[in-house]
Amino acid sequence: MLLIHCPYCNQTLPEAEFTYAGEAHIARPADPSSVSDEEWRDFLFIRTNVKGPHYERWRHFHGCGRYFNAVRDTVSDRFLITYKTDDPRPELSDLLEKSK
Amino acid sequence: MTHFSALSLIKNALSGQKNWEPQWPDSEPKAEYDVIIVGAGGHGLGAAYYLAKEHGITNVAVIDKGWLGGGNTGRNTTIIRSNYLYDESAKLYDHALDLWDGLSQELNYNVMYSQRGVLMLAHNVHDVQSFQRHVHANRLNGVDNVWLSAEEAKEYCPPLDISPTARYPVVGAALQRRAGTARHDAVAWGYARGAAARGVDIIQNCPVTAIRRGPDGRVTGVETAKGFIGAKKVAVSAAGHTSVVMDSAGVRMPLESYPLQALVSEPVKPIFPCVVMSNSVHAYISQSDKGELVIGSGTDQYTSYSQRGGLPLIEHTVAAICEIFPIFNRMRMLRKWGGIVDVTPDRSAILGKTPVPGLYVNCGWGTGGFKATPGAAHTLAWTVAKDDPHPINAPFTLERFTTGRLIDEAAAAAVAH
Repeated sequence: MLLIHCPYCNQTLPEAEFTYAGEAHIARPADPSSVSDEEWRDFLFIRTNVKGPHYERWRHFHGCGRYFNAVRDTVSDRFLITYKTDDPRPELSDLLEKSK
Repeated sequence: MTHFSALSLIKNALSGQKNWEPQWPDSEPKAEYDVIIVGAGGHGLGAAYYLAKEHGITNVAVIDKGWLGGGNTGRNTTIIRSNYLYDESAKLYDHALDLWDGLSQELNYNVMYSQRGVLMLAHNVHDVQSFQRHVHANRLNGVDNVWLSAEEAKEYCPPLDISPTARYPVVGAALQRRAGTARHDAVAWGYARGAAARGVDIIQNCPVTAIRRGPDGRVTGVETAKGFIGAKKVAVSAAGHTSVVMDSAGVRMPLESYPLQALVSEPVKPIFPCVVMSNSVHAYISQSDKGELVIGSGTDQYTSYSQRGGLPLIEHTVAAICEIFPIFNRMRMLRKWGGIVDVTPDRSAILGKTPVPGLYVNCGWGTGGFKATPGAAHTLAWTVAKDDPHPINAPFTLERFTTGRLIDEAAAAAVAH
């Protein structure tokens, strides 16, 4: 079972308390009516599906109920960091350096 | 290649089983091929087989990062059925079922296809409505699927608990009698043997690291652990790793890779006559010919390339099985494992051409690719050979995610997604 740190509750808790919420940092188009079909496709359906460090969203469903972001290695399932949604996107090179 | 027959079995038995020949050689790559297929699972090997047999294209290599059939082909729960809701899916999966019917004879290799029937349990009024809709839609598409009362379901599958006090009461079930199971490894081996006999090279333990394109955009070949291999056409059939491979050709895919787990119990005497699926409680079960109960469920909630998955899901699945089949609650589980499945937003496959000339893709089968193996392989071979999709796989394009013409089995399929 994964142990996940909720940055709002500041507690590390079992996976069963959380729900996965897909890739992070995907912004909805600001002006939807001016967006082309290809851009809609990219926004709605295309995902990086990276094999390695993955920026993603989780929700502390059975806790505070809030969404937060995380970087998790999809090969080892190890979390490099979890952070609040309004925190800036952490640089991958810093995270990899820290996790050494 | 040895032709298997009663005579060859007797002959080899008399000589102490010492004169069997290898069924296919482990090939070293040539400098160039007409077609390279990335991924030596059932789908990829089958496509090579049909390319050679039906289209006369034999200068073909199937390349895999591991051993053949070692990915999802060897990790699934071997269920075969075609009772999908939408016309496009029904045609595709029923095409596969037609091919399953004669596959052992076709390949001269026993894939142990057993049409023991797949029973889908309805536990509440919504299940009943949804499954009856499926039964009717299937009938209109010529796909067999019938509605059973709880008593009839119990008669078909005696271990079922249909008491009204059950945690998940069974109020009825949909039964596809033509559905069943097959020996998954034998499917890969049978296709590999048939393809190799027709001149196809099977290259194992050779990861494809990138797809190379020429200045005109066309595919020129693949980079592998054993160096560059040229190819006029490349077909990617790499399941959970499809988006990684396609990314190297500059094609971003609408795919996410999730672990899908399965487990087997200790082997016991024959007790379970069919396949039972329960979508509401998310579990499915059958008994292998070895006697193990084969149990599966939905994917883990998070994307991952680790072929493991988490224990909470196993606990949930086994709990569901014990509720529906109380007789199994003291069975011991022997092994569990995970495979990486590539899931599309509409839960339907992508099978056809790509924006890159000479590059084809067969992916997005999600949690249910095994059943489609012969159909996917057959139509992929057609698409590669003719550079044009077969009418059956024509709707399963990559462009549908731009046009919005989705095949939305996600919400409607009678499957444990």
